[in-house]
Amino acid sequence: MIWAKEETLSRKEIEEIQLFRLQETVNRVYEKVPYYRRKMEESGVKPEDIRQLEDLQRLPFVTKQDMRDTYPFGLFAVPKEKLVRIHASSGTTGKPTVVGYTKKDLEVWTECVSRIAAMGGATSKEVAQICFGYGMFTGALGLHYGLENMGAAIVPSSTGNTEKQLMFMKDFGTTLLVATPSYALRIAEVAQQLGIDPKTDLQVKIALVGSELLTDAMRKEMHKMWGNDMLVTSNYGMSELMGPGVSGECLELNGMHINEDYFIPEIIDPKTGEVLPPGEKGELVITCIYKEALPLIRYRTKDVTRLMYEPCKCGRTTCRMENLDGRTDDMLKIRGVNVFPSQIEEVLLGIEEIGPHYEIIVTREGHTDKLEIRVELLTESMTDSYQALEAIEKKIKARLRVVLGLDAKIKLESPNTIQRFEGKAKRVKDLRKEG
Amino acid sequence: MFMDQVSVFIENRKGRLDDVLETLKREDINIQSLSLADTSEYGVLRLIVSDPQKAQDALKASGFSAMLTKVLAITLTHRAGMLQKIIGILGKENINIEYMYSISSGTEDMPLVLKTSDIERTLEIVREQGAEIYTG
Repeated sequence: MIWAKEETLSRKEIEEIQLFRLQETVNRVYEKVPYYRRKMEESGVKPEDIRQLEDLQRLPFVTKQDMRDTYPFGLFAVPKEKLVRIHASSGTTGKPTVVGYTKKDLEVWTECVSRIAAMGGATSKEVAQICFGYGMFTGALGLHYGLENMGAAIVPSSTGNTEKQLMFMKDFGTTLLVATPSYALRIAEVAQQLGIDPKTDLQVKIALVGSELLTDAMRKEMHKMWGNDMLVTSNYGMSELMGPGVSGECLELNGMHINEDYFIPEIIDPKTGEVLPPGEKGELVITCIYKEALPLIRYRTKDVTRLMYEPCKCGRTTCRMENLDGRTDDMLKIRGVNVFPSQIEEVLLGIEEIGPHYEIIVTREGHTDKLEIRVELLTESMTDSYQALEAIEKKIKARLRVVLGLDAKIKLESPNTIQRFEGKAKRVKDLRKEG
Repeated sequence: MFMDQVSVFIENRKGRLDDVLETLKREDINIQSLSLADTSEYGVLRLIVSDPQKAQDALKASGFSAMLTKVLAITLTHRAGMLQKIIGILGKENINIEYMYSISSGTEDMPLVLKTSDIERTLEIVREQGAEIYTG
């Protein structure tokens, strides 16, 4: 089901809406947000210079640092009285980034998420269990409102107490699960330990996963645990832009449809800041063109993807962004080689003797980077033989060498020793000191 | 004729061996013999215990990777050259000895636990040579 007619407009119609809304937004922030006015003046650009969509490129970027510098409300385009909700990012380093919503912003957000839920196969009949952490994080409430708006019955179970989650899932007949991919796998793992087979004893047939990368290997793992008929789609967003609802995968599984009447995507070369032609891979930059409280312009997401403008088989005409490989700031540089944790994950999930949980540890000895990967033994059948254990290690090492061009140390461990996550998984420990 | 040996994978980390022993103690399982080779990252702990199935179940429930392996235990009565003879035959037949270690039997005999690449054939050879099979 396609939720809104805006998802099937012609390219010309979409661009007309985008230009109109972009001009309105640029005018407004120039008037109302001194920080933007100063930045625009420094770049020598005025609102009236934005005559066509390409002129967007003349505007300066906004980064997370700008948000920190203006903490908490410095980039807001409405007075505080107009806000009806305030969220903040987790902000592991320094001040969190604060985002606000007017009543209208919440309505738009809800609409965007309803569209994404429909893309993932959801209907008004779902019993939707939201296993994202509620609180300052935008994920849980975003999906909550969007699915509720659609007519689904919401089970706001949040994260934690996985056994109780499973009880609700079973007794309420949950059909739709919202979680990070890693927590969805964890729930299935706990179910199995309790003697519940997620494939037959539960009715969960739709998973809307987000807030973490969904690699192909991870999707396969989801199907292995939850059943091949489960519809597993990922969706994309970040609190700075709105929360979830910026884009989502449809059932064609060929990239995530961007809600283009609300967001303009661009791909840039992260080093030069130059806009790259459609189809090329680079850093995603998003401009919010229909937000009242926090209309970020050319926000650098640090996510790496490419854009596809060809209409999709699902009937939607909106631009799609390819599923993410990783974030520019997740990328590790090990002995001079660029490594995305997702590449390591792909390799590990393809090896059947080990489980889906892992930890990547990077250290430096002298001047040499060391890459170590902790994995869990899945089957006990090789427990008696050093040769069999060494053979697994060698197999993992060899495959990693092919993919990364690097040697890694593999650390085999007992089942259930590596940390499990209920929210965003933190699987990389970079223990190198700067320099 | 064969004995079920419990093999447990343990990381080379403080307290892991203790966790195994604690699990067995809780289940009131008696250890007759134990072998642990020395490697830098992990080890395989091999145990001959009073109730192997119960031990495996308890260890798995505690989160260990544990399996049962069929091994052969023979008692070498004090006849010089018996072990050498058996090993010689195994070698001729291309049967590989994967590992061996001894069990304390509480008597003067010292039963040896043997794991080979062909445990059935090994049993036949041992019998032909007149060595005594130890079954605990």
